[in-house]
Amino acid sequence: MYTLSSKLKLTAIIFMIVGAIGLVIGFIQAPSNLDDVREMMAAEEHHGESSHADESEANFAQAEHGMLLDDEPGRNAEGEHTAEAGAHDTEHLEHKLHQLQNKPWAAIYVAAFFFFMISLGVLAFYALQYASQAGWSPVLFRVMEAISAYIVPGGIIMFVLLALSSFHMNHLFVWMDPEVVAQDEIIQNKTAYLNVPFFLIRAAIFLAGWFLFRHFLVRNSRRLDEATDNYYFKKNFKLAAGFLVFFLISESIMSWDWIMSLDPHWFSTLFGWYLFSSMFVSGITVIALVSIYLKSRGYLPFVNNSHIHDLAKYMFGISIFWTYLWFSQFMLIWYSNIPEEVVYFISRIENYGLPFFGMVVLNFLFPLLVLMNSDYKRVNWFVVMTGIVILIGHYLDVFNMVMPATVGESWFIGIPEISAVLFFGGLFTFVVFSALTKAPLLAKRNPFIKESEHFHY
Amino acid sequence: MASKFIHAIYNDDDLLLQAVKQVREARYHIGEIYTPMPVHGLDKAMGLAPTRLAITSFLYGVVGFAVSVAMMNFIMIEDWPQDIGGKPSFSFIENMPAFVPIMFELTVFFAAHLMVITFYMRSKLWPFKQAENPDVRTTDDMFLMEIDAANHNVDELTKFLYDTGASEIKLIDNK
Repeated sequence: MYTLSSKLKLTAIIFMIVGAIGLVIGFIQAPSNLDDVREMMAAEEHHGESSHADESEANFAQAEHGMLLDDEPGRNAEGEHTAEAGAHDTEHLEHKLHQLQNKPWAAIYVAAFFFFMISLGVLAFYALQYASQAGWSPVLFRVMEAISAYIVPGGIIMFVLLALSSFHMNHLFVWMDPEVVAQDEIIQNKTAYLNVPFFLIRAAIFLAGWFLFRHFLVRNSRRLDEATDNYYFKKNFKLAAGFLVFFLISESIMSWDWIMSLDPHWFSTLFGWYLFSSMFVSGITVIALVSIYLKSRGYLPFVNNSHIHDLAKYMFGISIFWTYLWFSQFMLIWYSNIPEEVVYFISRIENYGLPFFGMVVLNFLFPLLVLMNSDYKRVNWFVVMTGIVILIGHYLDVFNMVMPATVGESWFIGIPEISAVLFFGGLFTFVVFSALTKAPLLAKRNPFIKESEHFHY
Repeated sequence: MASKFIHAIYNDDDLLLQAVKQVREARYHIGEIYTPMPVHGLDKAMGLAPTRLAITSFLYGVVGFAVSVAMMNFIMIEDWPQDIGGKPSFSFIENMPAFVPIMFELTVFFAAHLMVITFYMRSKLWPFKQAENPDVRTTDDMFLMEIDAANHNVDELTKFLYDTGASEIKLIDNK
């Protein structure tokens, strides 16, 4: 039995408190009206930024804005605005205001989704181990069950965030704004799918499905410990196979809803897979990190370095899979260069150069070079180091998916972003390690547990 | 050069693995072992050094990557930078995504083929090579261990091997 150390509990709570305070600061700092934005921009100019550079940046932002909202009336309106400098200025300020108001919300959204997707990825991995009857992993089942426990609080938070967006507490989703939709024919044609009630119903169905599957998978796994036959194992096998079918469909649609619809003018067919690879690799990484931590505290004597080796192989392989999908999405759009598709990457490369290409280095080059060596995959600190890099890389991945659509060129990794990561990181740690105390760390009667204990690669 | 070998034949891989351990403990020198299929853990039991084939493969991959980059850079950017369908050929990095499929394939091609050729060369395999099989049954169901008997008492060694479970023991005398 694992007991939550008070030190870890305290650390998690401190993270949550510091994160919560930072988030409050983030909301206070966000401007509430145009005068605030004017003041903020004036203050920025005082800090030595030349007004010329600022102006060109403003014009660029304006052009970008027009490009992103690729609609005829908007463009015409812009043409008129260039004639009147004052109106132009106001519209630019309004644009900036929306971005800055979105900033703390988007920071929360990115962090909430990042930690939620880790637990969802772990749940998918867990179901996969059951469905494929893997012989190496049953000793890690309790770790996976505990990490997937975050899916419930994390999923509820995600739903609350989506509901808050739906009730116009923020401007994260452009298509939820009736004023925007009224002048936007492209979004109008999508309203059969992109409308608030249907959007929330879909989210609720998917979350409920994931919660239920997790609940029954874990319950059967606990009951198997007390059972005298393999009834619950067979049940879990079927349940896991069913979950994987449900997961594949729901995850795909979830990626369109929760992430892709932030850019309602843009679409990509492999987006669901792309998001899946991201959550899968971060989930596996977290399994490895938690296992190494628990092992170092002496709680997992039956986990040997071959198990770590296997997890590291997954981290390596799925990192490359992620890169393959990232590149396939990028290269196909770059190559054909169709204007309505390519704006997605133009806005990212122009405004997010470092995070956009930096994440490829973190998510691909680093694991590729470090985890290629078979011996390194058995060295704990190598796996931990690479794991941290991969997690930072996939946080940036979500950041790159969400931020350009919500805050545009006003992005910065500052107080709200870091606080949100601290808050959800603390919550995640607290939930996961509390869940670990609920059951013995070694599943007792799993038919593969002996094989898994003696697993050697 | 006169040399004496003993060929001990086993008919089970578990027996062979156990014999290898005993022979090494008794400090006899194993010349070679012939088996019909891979025996898991035999190299460890024999104390063979791990292969460095994977390292050569990595280096060949690096070579393939360099070749593809140099080739595409020379042809598409330096030698004749044409405008082909509006692709930016001003610098390598600008047009790089279009070269990635080639870079990837050539890396894999070099890594795979050169490693295979290295394997053939290191294990001395080629067409028309004379097979070095001491006993045809070792390709079917027998396991043969060859032990250097030059500095040992042959009778003692035979007795020892018999105790390890060898089903057949032969003295080979190369004069």
